[in-house]
Amino acid sequence: MAAVGDTLPAQDFPIHRYDLIRYAGASGDFNIIHWNERVATSVGLPNVIAHGMFTMASAVRVVTDWVGDPAAVVEYSVRFTRPIAVPDPEGAVLHVEGSVREVRDDGLVEVDLVATVNGQTVLAKARALVRA
Amino acid sequence: MSVNQSFIGRSYPPTPTYRVSREKIREFADAINDPNPAYRDIDAARALGHKDVVAPPTFAIVLTLPAGAQFVTDPEAGVDYSRVVHGEQRFVHARPLVAGDEVQVTLTVENIRVAAGNEIITNRADVKTVDGELVTTAYSTIVVRGQ
Repeated sequence: MAAVGDTLPAQDFPIHRYDLIRYAGASGDFNIIHWNERVATSVGLPNVIAHGMFTMASAVRVVTDWVGDPAAVVEYSVRFTRPIAVPDPEGAVLHVEGSVREVRDDGLVEVDLVATVNGQTVLAKARALVRA
Repeated sequence: MSVNQSFIGRSYPPTPTYRVSREKIREFADAINDPNPAYRDIDAARALGHKDVVAPPTFAIVLTLPAGAQFVTDPEAGVDYSRVVHGEQRFVHARPLVAGDEVQVTLTVENIRVAAGNEIITNRADVKTVDGELVTTAYSTIVVRGQ
């Protein structure tokens, strides 16, 4: 039984160019800033950046791995606050922590996620509502 | 160029029917590096009470992104796509999306507003089965950065 303040096991997700290419193909989001460094830097980005939706998909694993059934996530929302630069070949590491914010009367559990890269927040208001 | 405010409240016709396949769910799960067996193994999914493999929590973007493109690429809408960034995303799942579902997406432009020199667009995409059952609602906020 989850209780307010419980922490979920934190995880680190390495992100390399290969991941972005594969995510582009699987999701259908071929925006050039996610794979072409020349174009990305020409529009003022620090480098090729990860798809926000790739970051969102990665971060919620802290919740789905904790609860077991990924379909237990009934709501999930994020605000994208900072792009994740993915230099080649070093890549980046997304660090995600989760904690129980509220256990509602209907039994649903609200989880807050904190997602950072090099200590800088990349998602704000990242929250999942889970049947736990 | 600025976004055409008269689009607020506009809905587009439902997108063509999309059949959610086991193969596409597995491909998407592989692409997000998520080894959860519920995305791949029918027995594992059934043991959790689902009738087939389930889609990851953000899978619906595969369907809702093209739905949103109807508006973003509409010349009348006046969206400069080169200045667009993704601001917020929210999924509300009425029930799990599973392999075998046949769904359509209806896009509605909920709001267009100006804040700090940027134009902020909120879209709602309703994912329903061809029988009209609501599966997921996805809310996307996109920001058209000011000059």
